[in-house]
Amino acid sequence: MTVQHDSSVYEEMQASEQFQELRRRYRSWAFPMTVAFLAWYLLYVVLSGFARGFMGTKLLGEINVALVFGVLQFVSTFLIAWAYSRHAAGKLDPLADELRAQVEEKTQ
Amino acid sequence: MKHETLATILFLVFVAGTLAITFWASRNTKTATDYYAGGRSFSGVQNGLAIGGDYMSAASFLGIAGIIALSGYDGFLYSIGFLVAWLVALLLVAELMRNSGKFTMADVLAFRMSPRPVRTAAGVSTIVVSIFYLLAQMVGAGALVGLLLGITSQSGKVWTIIAVGLLMVIYVVIGGMKGTTWVQIVKAVMLMTGAALVTLLVLGKFGFNLSSLLGDAATQSGKGDAFLNAGLKYGTEAQGVWGKIDLISLGLALVLGTAGLPHILIRFYTVPTARDARKSVLWGIGIIGVFYLLTLVLGFGAAAVVGSEKIAAANAAGNTAAPQLAEAIGADIFGEVGGTILLAVIAAVAFATILAVVAGLTLASSSSFAHDLYAHVFKRGQVTDKEEVRVARIAAFVIGAIAIALAIPAQSLNVAFLVALAFAVAASGNLPAILYSLFWKRFNTAGAVSAIYGGLISALVLVILSPAVSGAKTAMFPDVDFHLIELSNPGIFSIPIGFLCGYLGTIFSKEYNAAKYAEIEVRSLTGVGMEKASEH
Repeated sequence: MTVQHDSSVYEEMQASEQFQELRRRYRSWAFPMTVAFLAWYLLYVVLSGFARGFMGTKLLGEINVALVFGVLQFVSTFLIAWAYSRHAAGKLDPLADELRAQVEEKTQ
Repeated sequence: MKHETLATILFLVFVAGTLAITFWASRNTKTATDYYAGGRSFSGVQNGLAIGGDYMSAASFLGIAGIIALSGYDGFLYSIGFLVAWLVALLLVAELMRNSGKFTMADVLAFRMSPRPVRTAAGVSTIVVSIFYLLAQMVGAGALVGLLLGITSQSGKVWTIIAVGLLMVIYVVIGGMKGTTWVQIVKAVMLMTGAALVTLLVLGKFGFNLSSLLGDAATQSGKGDAFLNAGLKYGTEAQGVWGKIDLISLGLALVLGTAGLPHILIRFYTVPTARDARKSVLWGIGIIGVFYLLTLVLGFGAAAVVGSEKIAAANAAGNTAAPQLAEAIGADIFGEVGGTILLAVIAAVAFATILAVVAGLTLASSSSFAHDLYAHVFKRGQVTDKEEVRVARIAAFVIGAIAIALAIPAQSLNVAFLVALAFAVAASGNLPAILYSLFWKRFNTAGAVSAIYGGLISALVLVILSPAVSGAKTAMFPDVDFHLIELSNPGIFSIPIGFLCGYLGTIFSKEYNAAKYAEIEVRSLTGVGMEKASEH
C-alpha cells in the first residue's frame, strides 16, 4: 500500500471545509431518506396488521388497497435507489475524487 | 421420460458446469484477496447478479411462492421486507464498507477499536448467523429432494443432505470467492429465467388480466377475499394483538437484517471500487425486486391453477407450489410432456438455488473464522497470506461437516424460523455495530462488543422462550412447553436492545480515538487508501 497511516493528514482533511461539505451532502440526503423509507414501510406493515378492512377495499376488479400498497413499496424502493445513484454521481463522486487526490498527494 | 430423471440430468449438468467454472476460477485463486474477495475484479453488473444469487434462497423462491399459494397475501408481505431492506444496504452500508474494509464485516469494526475483542464478537456472530441460515437451507434441501425426485426413504434424504454439503464445500474450498461468485451468477440467471417463463405462461393463461388471476386464486383457495389481504398466516385475528405485534417484529427484522448478513456484506468487497459496489446493489435491487414480483404471480398462479388443497396435500408448508404450478401450466399449454419438462426445469433451478446459497454462507463463515478469529485473534496478525487461506479452506470443510451433522437430525424439526432468526440476529447485533462504527464518532470497543453480544444474546434468548421453540403445535419441540413470551420474532425487542447496548457500552467506557475516527471517516467517504483489486 502506498498510503501511509498518517493520522494528522486525515484529521486535517476531516476538519476541512470541503470535507465537511461532502459529509453534509451525503448525510443530509441519506439520513432523512432512510427515516422516510423506513417510516413508509412501517406504515405499510402496521396497516397490514391493524387496518385490514381498509387494506381489503377493492379498487379495480379484484385488485385491492393491500396489493396496490405493496406494489407501491416496490415502486418507491426502485425510485429511491435510482434517485440515490443520481445524487451520488452528481453531488458526491466529483467532490470525493477531488478530496481523495488531495489526501493521496500528502500521504505519498 | 419421467420428470425425476430429467430433473436429475438437468441438475447434474448444472453441477458439472459450475464445477468446471470453479476449477477454472481456482487457477487464479492464489492470494488471500483472491480467495476472500475474488480478487476484487468482478464488475458491478456481475456482482449485482451474484447478490441476487446469494439472496434469493430456496426459502424465498419456494417458500414465498408457497406461502402465497396457501395463505395468499401474507407471502407478499415477506418479500416486501426482503426488498426494502436493500435500501439500508445501498444508502448506508455498501460503499462505506467497501472503502474502509478488507475481507470481513469485522474489518470495519476493528479499524478504530481494540481488534481482538471486536473481531472475536464479530466472528462469533458471523458464524452463528451463517450456521442458522445454512441449517435451514440444508434441511429444506433434504425435504425438497424427497418431493421433487420422488426420494421418500429416510436414507435417500440423508444422502441428499450429504451430497449438498459436499458440493458446497467443494465450491468454496476450491473456487473461493471467485468460484462461488460465478456459481451465484449462473444460478441467478437460471432462477430469473425459470421464474419469468412460468410467470409469462400463467399471465398468458389469464389473458394478462391480473384481476381475473386474483379472482380465481381467491376462489380456488377456498378462502375468498381474505386470501387477497394480510392475516391468514401472520398476525391472524385469532392470535389477537400479540400476533399483530409479532408481524411488525418480523417486518423489522427483515428490513434491518439484510445489511447485517455476513454473506451479503462480503459481496461488497468483490468489486474494484465503492462505485462498483453501489452499482452492484442497484442491479441487485432491480433483480431481486423483479424476482419478488414474479413470485407474487407464481404464488397466486399456483393457488388459481393447482388449487390450495392440492398444494397443501403435497407439502404442508406449500414448498412445492412453484414446481406443481410449472407442471400444471406446462401440461395445460404444451401437453403432458411440456408439463414434465417444465417441472424438471423448475426442480433443477430449485436445487441450484439451494446449492448456491449454502456455498455463499459457507464462504462467509469460513472467511470470518480464518481472517478474524484465526489470523487476528489467535495469531495476533502474525500469519502469512498463504497460511490464512489454508485455514479458511480447512474451516470451510469443518463448517460443511458441522452443517451436515446438524441438518441430518434436524430434518424432522420445524426449522423454518431459523431464517427469520438469522435476520433478527443480523439486525440486532451486526447492524448496530456497523452503523455506529461508520457514523458515530464516540463509538468504541466496549460499545461494539456490547452491541454484538447484546443483540445476539437477546435475540437468541427471546426465541428460545418463544412459541417458535416450545409450547405450540408448530414449535420446534411441540411436546414441551417452556415459552414465556408470545412473540415468535424477537426483532421488536432485540433490535432496540442491540442499539441500546451499543450506546451504553460506549458511554460507560472512556476509550475514544479521534485520530482513527478521522481516518475511517475520510476513507469511507472518499475512498482514500481502499483495498485495490489484485492484478492477474
